[in-house]
Amino acid sequence: MNIVVCVKQIPDPAAPQSLDASHNLDRSGKLILDEADTYGVEMALQLVDKAGTGEVTVVSMGSATDVAGLRNALAMGAAKAVIVSDESLRGTDALGTAKVLAAVIGRISPDLVLCATESSDGYTGTTPVQVAELLGLPSITFAKSVAVDGTTVKVDRQTESGYDEVTAPLPALVTVTAGVVEPRYASFKGIMAAKSKPLEVLSVADLGLASETGVAGARQTITDVVASEARAAGEKHVDDGDGAEKIVAFLESIKVL
Amino acid sequence: MTVATIWVVVEPSNGSLTTTSLELLSHARTLSAAVAAITWGENGAQVASVAGEYGATTLYDVGALNGSLPGVPVASAIAALVAAHGAPDAILVPTSYDGRDIAGRLSARLDRPVLTNVTGLSDEGGLVTEHPVFGGTQTVKARFTGDGPGIVVVRAKSFVAEPSGGVGAAVVAAPVGDLGSEAGAMITKSHVEERTGPKLEEAAVVVSGGRGLGEADKYALIEEAAKLLHGAAGASRAIVDAGWVPYSHQVGQTGKTVKPTVYIACGISGATQHMVGMKGSKNIVAINKDPDAPIFQIADFGVVGDVHKVLPALIAALKARG
Repeated sequence: MNIVVCVKQIPDPAAPQSLDASHNLDRSGKLILDEADTYGVEMALQLVDKAGTGEVTVVSMGSATDVAGLRNALAMGAAKAVIVSDESLRGTDALGTAKVLAAVIGRISPDLVLCATESSDGYTGTTPVQVAELLGLPSITFAKSVAVDGTTVKVDRQTESGYDEVTAPLPALVTVTAGVVEPRYASFKGIMAAKSKPLEVLSVADLGLASETGVAGARQTITDVVASEARAAGEKHVDDGDGAEKIVAFLESIKVL
Repeated sequence: MTVATIWVVVEPSNGSLTTTSLELLSHARTLSAAVAAITWGENGAQVASVAGEYGATTLYDVGALNGSLPGVPVASAIAALVAAHGAPDAILVPTSYDGRDIAGRLSARLDRPVLTNVTGLSDEGGLVTEHPVFGGTQTVKARFTGDGPGIVVVRAKSFVAEPSGGVGAAVVAAPVGDLGSEAGAMITKSHVEERTGPKLEEAAVVVSGGRGLGEADKYALIEEAAKLLHGAAGASRAIVDAGWVPYSHQVGQTGKTVKPTVYIACGISGATQHMVGMKGSKNIVAINKDPDAPIFQIADFGVVGDVHKVLPALIAALKARG
């Protein structure tokens, strides 16, 4: 059971964020492993463990000057990491990103590909399914549980009114929601072991995709960035045992009560 | 270049269409005189009258999917329509579990770009999309370059659903065509979770809980307060990630957009990821022990206090009113 987990290193969401002069997210600061991706890494480790054979490879695209996020995934237990890093990839859109990831995953030919439902910085949320389409794989998105039974993946998929039991033959791609499993913390032993695990850095030329990525391949452009209508703060009351009463009065004033 | 034709993917729901689908149809007809809708499922004829009422002149019906997840067959049928009828200027898709699957599949299949999290759409010599970023404090405007169709995935509540008084849309069959190995995802069983009270996106009152509740069991207080106010219970991403409540309760960038008459945030600090999903609420009430929590910057009425004291007191006060 070989599993690829797509992961992204992102600027710390807790830190202030901004767009640079070319309207790309400023990624010059410290990068961390997107927390949304830790669920996929954990899920993959558990599935491989259960299968008793195989390994987890994490695949990423982005700057390779800081790979602490990838090392974190390796410290959790992934066997190796591959990152496609190239200055020409700046400004690549979701479909271009999917082409890059699909090219890498196609070389590995895993049984299962796991992704988060969306990244915590760009929130596009279409890249995993685009990857599946490019690779000719079935996909099941928004998994709240994942199990593998022989050559079939079985997923409980979130719906508007509850959940569906969905199956697909392997190889397949599944996106997991947060909370699907509890991600482990890397152990000291894991952190030490991660330092010597293989971390391959590929260029766009290595994949033969140059014209389809970067700003030129994006086919969409940001024309403007404007401040949204601000919402002003209203009254702030320090609770002195009367907080609930004040809320009731406020709800009355807006005719909810 | 102005916008000539728009196709809207409309999602079936209980014999009709989802509210977001109706919002998209309503807005599409302000941009184009030639709006076609695309749907699937067993109720094509019923859906045609609803789609027509909201502005579609044609309904392309993919028909029954026989248990398949919609993403692959619907995208395949749309790709075949593009090949047969030529590309529209844009294809609008609702932000939903299946909508995002369809948009992603279609984008890769047609090799056309997709723009997601769209909350505004106008014709400025071609379509211009609006996307809230950084918790909705800034809006990015974007447009497609190159050949259409651009695929636009629109968030719920971005537009108002208004009937046009139009007659039923003409139904045209949209065959799926031959599918390959990508079409293997099948629904084997559906589970409907019992829900009392209004839907989260449609409730006039939303009471939401966050990490400040301290532990999973305390979410029952949120549900109780919501029930007493005839509202719905929401949640921040933090407690959904922690597994306290299902993803379907999540309000925010990841999750649902809500615009109730009043939104009551309990123990939610106000991460940008959360704010973008609720800052359109008419009134916002916040309870948080940290006086500097960002949520207070957008709250109409804030109580700086312990949610474990204020919330039970609020519940008692609501009960006392009967």
